[in-house]
Amino acid sequence: MSIDMEQFKATFIEESLEGLDIMEAVLLEMQPGMADAEEVDNIFRAAHSIKGGSATFGFSDISNFTHVVETLLDQVRAGEREVTQEAINLFLSSVDCIRDMLAGAQEGFEINLEQVAEVKAGLDRMLGSAPQAAVPAEIEPEATDGSPAAGGWKIVFKPFPDMLRSGNDVVRLFRELADMGEMIPKVELEGLPALVDMEPEEACLSWEVTLNGSIGREQVDEVFEWVDGDCELSITPLGDEKAPEDMPADKLSTAVEASPAPLQAAPLVENRRSNNDRRQGDRRKNRSSSENSSIRVGIDKVDALINLVGELVITQSMLGQLGEDFSMDKVERLKDGLAELERNTRELQENVMSIRMLPISFAFNRFPRMVHDLCGKLEKKIELKMSGEQTELDKTVMEKIGDPLVHLVRNAVDHGIETPEIRIKAGKSETGTVHLNAYHQGGNILIEISDDGAGLNRDRILAKAIERGLANNGDNLSDAEIFDFLFQPGFSTADVVSDVSGRGVGMDVVKRNITALGGAIDVESRSGNGSTFTIRLPLTLAILDGQLVRVGEQTFIIPLVSIIESLQVESSRVNAIAGSAELYKLRDDYLPIIRLYDAFGLKPDSASLEDGLLVVVEGHGQQAGLLVDDLLAQQQVVIKSLETNFKKVGGISGATILGDGTVALIVDIGGIIELSQNGRKCANSAAA
Amino acid sequence: MDVAEQIASGLASTGEVDGSQFLTFLLAGEEYGVDILRVQEIKGWNAVTPIPNTPEYIRGVINLRGTIVPIVDLRRRFGLEPMEYGPMTVVIVLKVMREDKSRVMGIVVDAVSDVYNVQDESLKPAPDFGSVVNVDFVQGLATVDETMVIILDIDHLLNSGELAVMDSAIEHK
Repeated sequence: MSIDMEQFKATFIEESLEGLDIMEAVLLEMQPGMADAEEVDNIFRAAHSIKGGSATFGFSDISNFTHVVETLLDQVRAGEREVTQEAINLFLSSVDCIRDMLAGAQEGFEINLEQVAEVKAGLDRMLGSAPQAAVPAEIEPEATDGSPAAGGWKIVFKPFPDMLRSGNDVVRLFRELADMGEMIPKVELEGLPALVDMEPEEACLSWEVTLNGSIGREQVDEVFEWVDGDCELSITPLGDEKAPEDMPADKLSTAVEASPAPLQAAPLVENRRSNNDRRQGDRRKNRSSSENSSIRVGIDKVDALINLVGELVITQSMLGQLGEDFSMDKVERLKDGLAELERNTRELQENVMSIRMLPISFAFNRFPRMVHDLCGKLEKKIELKMSGEQTELDKTVMEKIGDPLVHLVRNAVDHGIETPEIRIKAGKSETGTVHLNAYHQGGNILIEISDDGAGLNRDRILAKAIERGLANNGDNLSDAEIFDFLFQPGFSTADVVSDVSGRGVGMDVVKRNITALGGAIDVESRSGNGSTFTIRLPLTLAILDGQLVRVGEQTFIIPLVSIIESLQVESSRVNAIAGSAELYKLRDDYLPIIRLYDAFGLKPDSASLEDGLLVVVEGHGQQAGLLVDDLLAQQQVVIKSLETNFKKVGGISGATILGDGTVALIVDIGGIIELSQNGRKCANSAAA
Repeated sequence: MDVAEQIASGLASTGEVDGSQFLTFLLAGEEYGVDILRVQEIKGWNAVTPIPNTPEYIRGVINLRGTIVPIVDLRRRFGLEPMEYGPMTVVIVLKVMREDKSRVMGIVVDAVSDVYNVQDESLKPAPDFGSVVNVDFVQGLATVDETMVIILDIDHLLNSGELAVMDSAIEHK
């Protein structure tokens, strides 16, 4: 499967920038010595997301750097370290560094590595000063090392004539060198042709640069990484007058492919405005109000909308003209105009909707790569199955559900699936399975992440909960209650904090993000047989194919997906148990009959079963027959949340606005079945 | 919460130092006032879509330019004799704050009356009637032209009882 990672990379960068804005805002408000747990949690989460994301996209620099930041933050969160002004400043400069690195990753220009190295050294220093936290071994401060030559470097740099055509800018190179230390350039004018022979796009000059200061060889190499192969280059330590050492050709890292060099033309002098200035400008722009949510829309979609609106305006003015002096002979034109108007409106609606709705595959597509990489890292064999990728989801919901899904899949891979040896011992196949599934149910979107791994360790979670004071020893807790502890901040049963997971961040973020969307998350697990996390999200702005039904004077909407069939009631097939619970014999099944007017306290046309229609529906895995007075049209409806201005109502999943402007309620099939099972009890408590 | 505190916070939110403006309306012969900055619009009574299994005073929901807005009958909310809806019956659409979220709700009243400027010092706390009358919803009493105007604390009123949003409801779902 080939996946276009580029589109997700853009998403990751934007999300990370938002995360950084949050970190920055919180840090700026933080007072030394008075760290609010909530605030630290917020920063920590943002850092954690950035780390995870950058690792997924192969930005190892960013993830290594962020890991160090995170480790420090973890100590702060655990209360092992006090927040000093120094620490806050260090975190703030880390934020700047990460932002620079992200910008670098996004636009492909090189970043000021010295600054990054400096901040990282600072972080390492702080980490090094007690308390010593577990820093995974692979985090080596590679950028800082690399045999800094005490005296500096002598660089002989002779560009080939066509170097500038590949988009390299000599000025930029020198600027970066100058940032590292004292730079004394000497221009060699030998190659300069006479003015008449000069090609403006050719590089004719060469340089001999003396760079003073304690600078690592790698840093210098990094500056010239982009021009490798386009020039003659020799870098020798100062005071070491040996024969110039050729730059190894294999220095050209694969990162070049991932982020192509900016195609700058080669104006040598005018382009003085430094990258730094520009980034600073961007930064200021990014900083404003981290609360604002946004959706990214392709410019082509906006253009299409503008076109449609234009057409709409034309049609409207045409109709307006027609109306000014109307006579009966123009009826045909009026009809045409109205037809046009209808078409325009429908197209406009479809276009606007299409902006918000996307198949969930957008969120799923990043997982094959992630699981693949994690498998390699953790030495596990895992097959990722996905189904229901075409389930449509509101774009904003999708964006918010992305991170929680990453966490859950990561957890499933890291903690859920066992290593091949253990699996074979347990009598399972060597390859574990992680299954992602999405589907619509009763006005909700359900996303399931299941694995066939070891399952949750109930006793261990309970022990940990007791240890953390979340539960008492003698408490008699159900499985669901115990699994709920997983969603507490900082709760982790993992023994080892790994690069992948185990810090106990994650799950609380997952829950928080999902509840922020008005959804819920359930855990099911059987020891030895794996666990299933089910995310239930309301369709806040989704569209639904609905069947309009009439009960008395009211119109309700039943989601078409829940309807199995509709039929007229034959009284001979109706049985009543204990005189109240009515059952309908449909072929071989007995269906409970729910009289909708009864459940909703309305006045029906007729209380007789034969006069109404029975709509057979399925929800929450149960079937029932809903008694309605009449079936009306089928149409697509836009779901409006009742909760925005009111609250959740039992048996109702939302509302919509009908063609005549009135409000109609959408029946929550699962809810109404539950409501009728609980009998009047539920209705009474709601009315109390 | 202390009534004086409520008044203070109410005034702080209006951002005015020397008094606030209140829109008043009539309800069973009494004049009530609400902070005018909270009033979104005033519209005539139109048919609503009832919501099943909710108390009588929640009349239902209407479509306010694409937003679903619940409508509360204030007479029924206060336990007064309900009145036939007539041409004078109006719905005042209000912005109700709850913590840092705002909701839009409509209240059905007999008629809209006037707009008054009320000085802070002339706003008096409602006397405590003990358990006979719940004065929690009353922000204060103002006297304008010798008549008493009851200033309502709409945030409190429209977030109480059945109107309260139960966060737990989402969790149980």
